[in-house]
Amino acid sequence: MEVLVYLIPISLFLGGVGLVAFIYTVRTNQYDDPEGDASRILSNQWDDHPKP
Amino acid sequence: MSGQITPTAAACPGCIAAPADAARPVPQDAQIALSLPGIHCSACIANVEQALSAVPGVQDARVNLTLKRALVKAAPDLRAADLIPVLEQIGYEAHELDPGALSATQADKAGRDLLMRLAVAGFASMNVMLLSVSVWSGATDATRDMFHWISAAITLPAIAFSAQPFFENAWSALRVRRLNMDVPIVLAIVLALVTSLWETALSGKHAYFDAALTLTFFLLAGRYLDYRTRAAARSAAEELTALEVPRAIRLRNGAEEEVGVAALNVGDLILVRPGARMPVDGQIVSGRSELDRSLLTGETLPVFAQPGTQVSAGEVNLTGPLTIRATAVGEDTSLHRMADLVAIAESGRSRYTSLADKAAKLYAPGVHILSALSFVGWYIYSGDIRTALNIAAAVLIITCPCALGLAVPAVTTAASGRLFRKGMLIKHATALERLAQVDTVVFDKTGTLTAGTPDLVNLPEIAREDLAIALALAEASTHPLSVALARAARDAGITPADVSDLSEIPGFGTEGRLAGQRVRLGRAEWVGAPDSAETTAWLAVGDCAPVAFRFVDSLRPGAAEAVRALRDSGKDVILISGDTATAVQALADKLGIETWIARALPQDKAAHVQTLTDQGHRVLMVGDGLNDTAALAAAHVSISPASALDAARVASDIVLLGTDLSPIADACRTAEKATKRIRENFRIATIYNVIAVPLAVAGLATPLIAALAMSTSSITVSLNALRLR
Repeated sequence: MEVLVYLIPISLFLGGVGLVAFIYTVRTNQYDDPEGDASRILSNQWDDHPKP
Repeated sequence: MSGQITPTAAACPGCIAAPADAARPVPQDAQIALSLPGIHCSACIANVEQALSAVPGVQDARVNLTLKRALVKAAPDLRAADLIPVLEQIGYEAHELDPGALSATQADKAGRDLLMRLAVAGFASMNVMLLSVSVWSGATDATRDMFHWISAAITLPAIAFSAQPFFENAWSALRVRRLNMDVPIVLAIVLALVTSLWETALSGKHAYFDAALTLTFFLLAGRYLDYRTRAAARSAAEELTALEVPRAIRLRNGAEEEVGVAALNVGDLILVRPGARMPVDGQIVSGRSELDRSLLTGETLPVFAQPGTQVSAGEVNLTGPLTIRATAVGEDTSLHRMADLVAIAESGRSRYTSLADKAAKLYAPGVHILSALSFVGWYIYSGDIRTALNIAAAVLIITCPCALGLAVPAVTTAASGRLFRKGMLIKHATALERLAQVDTVVFDKTGTLTAGTPDLVNLPEIAREDLAIALALAEASTHPLSVALARAARDAGITPADVSDLSEIPGFGTEGRLAGQRVRLGRAEWVGAPDSAETTAWLAVGDCAPVAFRFVDSLRPGAAEAVRALRDSGKDVILISGDTATAVQALADKLGIETWIARALPQDKAAHVQTLTDQGHRVLMVGDGLNDTAALAAAHVSISPASALDAARVASDIVLLGTDLSPIADACRTAEKATKRIRENFRIATIYNVIAVPLAVAGLATPLIAALAMSTSSITVSLNALRLR
């Protein structure tokens, strides 16, 4: 059962990483245009270099 | 969005209601918002963004496909009018949006806040559930205690953050000594936490940390769904408002300048071009024209206007440019005084209690009494306060309105989504429930059942040579009657006669010369014809007797189907209009409406709706004009088309986005189905309580049973709501 000492902090940390990532996406308006994002990924406009 | 909104309506009188938006100082870099109803794919995004970026002065252009909008950051001197032709050239319809009216959507703080709380509750409940599953599958002694303590360490801060909306609502209800749905929720959460902490401290077997978190998660999901549905409706409604950018042309020392309507003062000289709406009340100083007053009075006959005529905000100038001197602006306009009528009528609306409120009224006291009784019962029976408290907490958690919290929002989300795809916007939360109860439908005529565009009716009676002359004269004018006449004559295969020296005399008609004779097409008194109660244009060739061209307002598409479907479903249909008796009767006969009232003043309309309500009818009012606004607010539930005046749209619960009226009958059916589903959901939640509560009261409920019961009932209720699609 000693393994729990490592496993529990690891699972909590990973959950925390997910939560922080989600909060980041909400803060940076990434859910404002879901349909547009779904379409943009299909366009090859900025495939070779990022949008300046 | 809808494409039928007339872009010519440059200044919407209803927008005078929001002077703050127009008065806001323009930022250094102008933000231009454009509505693009036609975009739908990734190629559209790329095309629009490329075309906009190529315009000199544009710094950044970003398309939002979900909202069908483009936001452009540009140099301060660039105007939307410069960008719209660029987009039209590559085949995209574009309209300017007023960024001031849209600002509320951009700062959608409340929605983001709820989403954040939902996320925290979700992540925390997943972690705690992981630990709880280990306990349920057999962790004992020190391991179990440690798992419980870790659960507590996650749960307490997570609940403190994510359950705040419930705490606030419960507190505001308790402060005024009332009960709402949030009071039992908060009590269940707090009691679950207290007993669980107590149990953990004494190394007890059962802790309800996971139940408290999943409860919060499911309830927040319901709240968020509810919020999203209304936010979507609100943003679309805002877009309709923003389409009418409130601007006017002011004349100062002979020079024209474009200003916001809010900046106008009494005494200003204002130029109103043909096709534009009067921004303020005033008196005509120069120019002759005809005015369309249908949005204010419901009359379809254009009114002659000349220097000295009083005009009111909201009237549409039809033929010639008019210069008016403002006599009342903003709040003082007659348009605005009409708003008082609405305020009086609206006070009756708030009396409606939603199904959810009714359920809460029954439910909240019942749950508290049951939980208190089991506490007292077990305390007397066992004499142990810890057991009694544990069981009371279990009863509260099991009865907690998870399913009740999801029952209503899940159904309204599904129903609103379905109606939105058919072109209806549900603005009010309880609009669907109220729509389901409707037994009487009151229609306005002009602009609602009719499209507001005239149709020539007596074409076969007119000689072909007269038609040819009339066509030549009509094509020289942009007056709605001329346009309708020209269209009808062209469709009948007429070619225009060789009329020379064509000239339009604003306010009267068009004049020309044919083979040395003077020919005129226009108003009755101008060509020397008798006055008529119908919309009529007259053609006079030389000294011959004038020929009449009679027009009726064309029917809106779907109007006949909507009226028939409503009558078939057993509802009374009534037509009330401010127009003349002949016009109203003709339309009523055409649509098979038996009850009609003509020449109704705005107060009469509202009073009639009130009388029907007093007789015990539930009235649905459908109208678009300012004269309908009070009636819209007085009715049990109201619908207005997107082409309606801003004030009318604000007063109504549902907005029709397309030109077609047939979705109205469909909406009634969907509303009835939705209400049925809501009732079913309440029944499911009750049945589940009837099964689970005896277990809890008997002290047989474990955290595992609570978790299972809560999840199953919530999922059943959501699935039942999805059946509506």
